[in-house]
Amino acid sequence: MKSFSEIDTVSKRASRAAGFDWGIAEEVGKNIRMLEMLGLPGIKNLNYYYKVRVKRNFEILNLISEENKSSQLEFCPIIAGVSFLDQVRSLENLNEIRFQSIAYPILFLPFVSRASEVIGKKIHLKIDKREFLLNYGNSIYSNALKNEITTIGNDITIKFIKNVDSFEEKEWKELYKLSENTFVEENESLKESGAGAGLTDND
Amino acid sequence: MKINLRSPDIVMKLSKLGSFHQSKLSFLRSFLKEFKDWTFKRDLFELNEFGYGTAVYSFKKNNRVYSLICFANKLDENERSDRVIATKWDAAFTLHDGVPTKKDIERLKNEVPKQEIGRLSYKELTLSRANKSVRVFNHVVESLSEGKQPDISLLSSVGYLYRTTAVYGSGKFGLADRFRIKDREEICGPFRLEMMLVYLVRQFTFDQVNHVAKNQNPKKAISLDLEICRNLGIGNSTGLGMAPFIVNHPTLLNNWVLARETILKEIREIKEVKKVDSDFFKKCLKKSIKNITSWTTESEYQQKKIRSLLSDLNNFITFMEKDFNFDNEFAFNEIYKWIEKNSGDECIEYIVSMMMEPYDQIVNPLIKKMSSEEEKYFNIPTNRTVLELKDILENRYKNILKIDFSKSENNQNFWFISKNKEEPRLADRFDEKGSELEQPLAIARDIKKLYEVLSVVKNSLTIDKFLLKNNHLRHVVRRAFIVEKFPYSEIQDNTISKSVVPIDMLRLKLSFFGALKFDPRSDKWLRICMFQGAPLPEQLKSYDDSWVYNSLN
Repeated sequence: MKSFSEIDTVSKRASRAAGFDWGIAEEVGKNIRMLEMLGLPGIKNLNYYYKVRVKRNFEILNLISEENKSSQLEFCPIIAGVSFLDQVRSLENLNEIRFQSIAYPILFLPFVSRASEVIGKKIHLKIDKREFLLNYGNSIYSNALKNEITTIGNDITIKFIKNVDSFEEKEWKELYKLSENTFVEENESLKESGAGAGLTDND
Repeated sequence: MKINLRSPDIVMKLSKLGSFHQSKLSFLRSFLKEFKDWTFKRDLFELNEFGYGTAVYSFKKNNRVYSLICFANKLDENERSDRVIATKWDAAFTLHDGVPTKKDIERLKNEVPKQEIGRLSYKELTLSRANKSVRVFNHVVESLSEGKQPDISLLSSVGYLYRTTAVYGSGKFGLADRFRIKDREEICGPFRLEMMLVYLVRQFTFDQVNHVAKNQNPKKAISLDLEICRNLGIGNSTGLGMAPFIVNHPTLLNNWVLARETILKEIREIKEVKKVDSDFFKKCLKKSIKNITSWTTESEYQQKKIRSLLSDLNNFITFMEKDFNFDNEFAFNEIYKWIEKNSGDECIEYIVSMMMEPYDQIVNPLIKKMSSEEEKYFNIPTNRTVLELKDILENRYKNILKIDFSKSENNQNFWFISKNKEEPRLADRFDEKGSELEQPLAIARDIKKLYEVLSVVKNSLTIDKFLLKNNHLRHVVRRAFIVEKFPYSEIQDNTISKSVVPIDMLRLKLSFFGALKFDPRSDKWLRICMFQGAPLPEQLKSYDDSWVYNSLN
């Protein structure tokens, strides 16, 4: 089995050899490490993308907007990913961001996952029928975790999930009430002696 | 009195870093301190009469076991080489996590001797190989087999029976990634498992030499005297492979140097130095001198440094004995100011190391802060502005920005990875081919380039917009934001200049390892000795942290 350190180093060097700047190659190294750690096919997709890249051109997407349509070529997932990661702070107020045709979209995914960590919000990423919930760069939940190469994502949407509770206030109160059973009811004596400052904590 | 930390502009110069010495912070000393109450055992020792075979040693505490597995093989004279291009060694080692099964040992017997072309698993933590100092090893075998102890002067001049030629860890060749083990309390300091491997290898060398002597002459042979063993260490040949490490791990480098600088500051701030502490400082200093007088090297570069160190130290000791009173307030600050004025870097850094000796209470908490979670600082804060980035460069890279890279001597060399060994190398840009495949280790040049580009764009521009057109500088943008938080994370020198001395980079790292007797064999590789004078595993229960000054050599 390859160690994640080897995966990081080889992916970084291969990315440089494929023509990316060192700083971008460093990002790819970290990303492929993340994908493999989470059980997603990073090496497989990167290897195929770099093989195809020798024969075909891909469109560079530098500035991300609400709608990102490629002209004729598919978007390079790495440049699109770097741009998204760099610009995410100015994008997070948009309701939805759409991309048409990103090549090898699994390679785009870790950039979005890291962007979730940067802004401290969960992100919902949809690549055609596959859905991914990206949790602050820590984990990825998905309905599609197959170990396969995905050559294109035709319709990709990104939604920033507001930092709101996933439960009803009533449910919280019920659970909180139960948690109160670990507390001790204070009598007058405990009120005076239990806390450091007693009843005269005025300054 | 408030003392400032020394400026990174001074401390992080290569000539300064190349003058660092071992100290209480050193990894081999903190490793021994941590493992002194672990149970040491020789679990297996199946060597033939010539000393070839398999051995296993372990450290155990509660449910945790670390096992060194040794494979000693026959090696023809013409196959023995310390160079990284070697493919066979006298012995090869791996540190296994837990107790190895017979199946593990069989698997490792096939892989470990192959080193870089073998495959290890997540159950192995570190990997190494070593060659005999044939002259010393054979002399010891002959002497012991005839019932005599070996010639101490020969042993002292070399210092070891074996020298390692590489020690690998952290995921190389399939070894366990650091994240699997980083939360274990006993290995919270950097390189602790590498230190454990080397320490246990040292014991193997003594057992092997005794075993071979015994088999050579079973009736007459005696064992190597334990005091002689204690005064032998493990040698190490180190080349450029180590140099890029300190560039590629900026926050780790910061934490090492920051720990040292914080300790120095706190010691200088001590108002009244207790007599017991000043006496201990003086005692360690005086006893340490024999580590310098027995420091031999053929390198003129190093000989000059040793001569200057000895001369400065003698001056300092004279000053301390005749003109200095430890009853004065802030005595260590006075000492520091004196050496800074009157001594060279070798001596200044030597005394700084010595000052730490009495102060466990200052040093120990910082040992725990010497590791780093590098990943945390990887993302670039792209919402910051060009003005802020420019400020960082102007404050943190003052001297770097003065370098004129249009002059060929400032741009003379390039770092690359060799195809045959996947190891870092340095070559002349104007004489050799391959500079188009240069590694991103010319930080000074690229920082200067970044500064020039920043100077012609709007100050209010945010970094995400700046990077749209300047991703070729992304690697140094990332570094600049790291340096902002970690002032000692960057070498404040030009690592591609004509005058760069690469062994200064090795010396920095090796001093933190705790190596002694740096012996440069060229400007690109050197030999050192580790654990010379250290207690043997059976002696660890009565561990004395100042063992490094108690060697016979």
